[in-house]
Amino acid sequence: MRAIFKTRYEQDLTLWRSPAGALCYALLLAALLLVPAVLGEFYVGELAGLFVFAIAGVGLMLLTGYTGLISLGHAAFLGIGAYTNAILLARGVPFVLTLPAAGLLAGLAGVAIGVPTLRMSGLYLAIATLAFGSIVGTVLQKWDSVTGGFDGFAVKTPSILGVEIAGATGTYYLSLVVLVFVLWLVMNLLRAPMGRAFVAIRDSEISAQSMGIHLALYKAIAFGLSAGITGLAGALFAHYVRYLAPDSFDILLSIQLVTIVFIGGLGSLHGAIFGAMFMRLLPQAIALVRDDLPFGLGRMPGLEPSLFGLILVLVILFEPTGINGRWLKLKRYVGEFPLHRRVGFRRQKSYARSERLR
Amino acid sequence: MSLFAASDIGIRFGGIRAVEGVSFDVRQGEVFSIIGPNGAGKTTIFNLISRIYQPSQGSLHFDGQDITRVPAHRVAGLGIARTFQNIELFANASVLQNLLIGRHRHARVGMLAQLGFLPSVRRAEIEHRARVEDVIAFLGLQRHRDQLIANLPYGVRKVIELGRALCTEPKLLLLDEPSSGLNVEETEEMAFWIEDIKKDLGITIIMVEHDMKLVHAVSDRVMALNQGRVLALGTSAEVQGDPEVIRAYIGGEP
Ligand SMILES: Nc1ncnc2c1ncn2[C@@H]1O[C@H](COP(=O)(O)OP(=O)(O)O)[C@@H](O)[C@H]1O
Ligand SMILES: [Mg+2]
Repeated sequence: MRAIFKTRYEQDLTLWRSPAGALCYALLLAALLLVPAVLGEFYVGELAGLFVFAIAGVGLMLLTGYTGLISLGHAAFLGIGAYTNAILLARGVPFVLTLPAAGLLAGLAGVAIGVPTLRMSGLYLAIATLAFGSIVGTVLQKWDSVTGGFDGFAVKTPSILGVEIAGATGTYYLSLVVLVFVLWLVMNLLRAPMGRAFVAIRDSEISAQSMGIHLALYKAIAFGLSAGITGLAGALFAHYVRYLAPDSFDILLSIQLVTIVFIGGLGSLHGAIFGAMFMRLLPQAIALVRDDLPFGLGRMPGLEPSLFGLILVLVILFEPTGINGRWLKLKRYVGEFPLHRRVGFRRQKSYARSERLR
Repeated sequence: MSLFAASDIGIRFGGIRAVEGVSFDVRQGEVFSIIGPNGAGKTTIFNLISRIYQPSQGSLHFDGQDITRVPAHRVAGLGIARTFQNIELFANASVLQNLLIGRHRHARVGMLAQLGFLPSVRRAEIEHRARVEDVIAFLGLQRHRDQLIANLPYGVRKVIELGRALCTEPKLLLLDEPSSGLNVEETEEMAFWIEDIKKDLGITIIMVEHDMKLVHAVSDRVMALNQGRVLALGTSAEVQGDPEVIRAYIGGEP
């Protein structure tokens, strides 16, 4: 067990809990930068996909995990980001402009959906965002002149300052840079007044208000930022899939995003990353064992979504702090070994399930 | 000179007149207590002052301003802070974060500056932290600083809620049953703090309280309430001796 001795207030304002923590992240980043030199094209592509979903996960985490607002329509923001980016690229706008434009437009859409739903929470908000998601999905399908309708269209390869960012490796580095940037932004916010205001709204609206927090304003900002980050993920998603079709942005994708934040662990950025890893790995794991499953279970349609659903329910019931909670317990167990006490590893009753999305 | 005045305020919930025709004023620097049986309308008066409820009649004045129509999130900025009867802390945040949220009304930095955590934000954060540390030292909360609220006992949470209200640097502090759920020692400690807040920090206090010993010890004036109406208003001894008040507490008809 390590205790960090603090002597200055600045030490509570750092991004890392300790210098050792900073070193770990630096090593991880260095390793990630070297990955394309070591692994094959397929794995690099899959990791790029993981980064894209991690970015979207961070976006939704800000809304659901930190502000306590559920959204079942986040695929819409992913779609808005993807189409904004791809359409502007096709019209010859440089990528350095289309990427921020994707984030900005999705962010504005987020504020637009945020404002009318400010007074809603829980189930009502879930249904309103679900409806919004399906409206955007429909628009993408019907607005052929812009989106290419059902046929979709191929996404142009982006280039920055004349250098093409092509292939899996290009998307990999691009997504990694955006992921690190987005994490930096959100971590900054969380140690500043605005992030604290989000947490306050999540835990008690009435006292947040009595502390001077303008609920409507901050909820709209949370929606906007969350949607904007998800829009950036959408822009990268377009390059990850290379071919955009409107049916990619359906309710199933929204549920996958929600699964990321719940399974990863609400209220933690690590959780968003862990959740994205889980979400990307599960289909691979299913593919591996598919042929060995009894009763032809492996060829059953809808196996994957049902498994996601089942795991989501089990996590909410038995490990509400998600993978991140498991990870923290494991870290403490190793840190205190052999002095750990069993009782410290029991779940805190006080973080009751019913309260989490209120 | 009165810091706060309620004139003829009232509110109805459906058919129930929770508060009706209540008037009182609170002088700068005093501890003003509101007593009364359960359901008398004490918490409702606090909710009217913090603008969570809209009065159906009457007006509220604070510090020379009419605040009857001020939105709820502006109340803290005017210099009114409160605690809640059933503790409303941010349960999944640390004590430090809770107290820092108390500083929200003093936050001046823009969103973009916060996203980049610019030097201006860092400086402001250190300044807020220094103010929060003053409150931590005042209430002796040092050893709980980094703990999650959800892991703390009730008595400590009560003190933290008081601390969070103090972090806003209010002129007027509303305490809703500060001693409920506390044991005898904790209640005595609360009495000392209320005295200190009044004397050392010069903050005016309106307190809703059931513990008559605490009320007697700290109050300059007391208002007794029953079924939404004022029964008596005066010093603690006057009010406790008032026949109407005694009758309301014993509950029987004369
Ligand atoms: N939001 C509300 N809706 C309906 N009735 C309410 C509401 N708030 C308070 N009341 C009613 O107003 C009366 C006074 O309540 P309250 O002010 O909480 O009493 P207390 O003096 O015990 O704090 C009670 O009859 C209560 O049921
Ligand atoms: Mg009450």
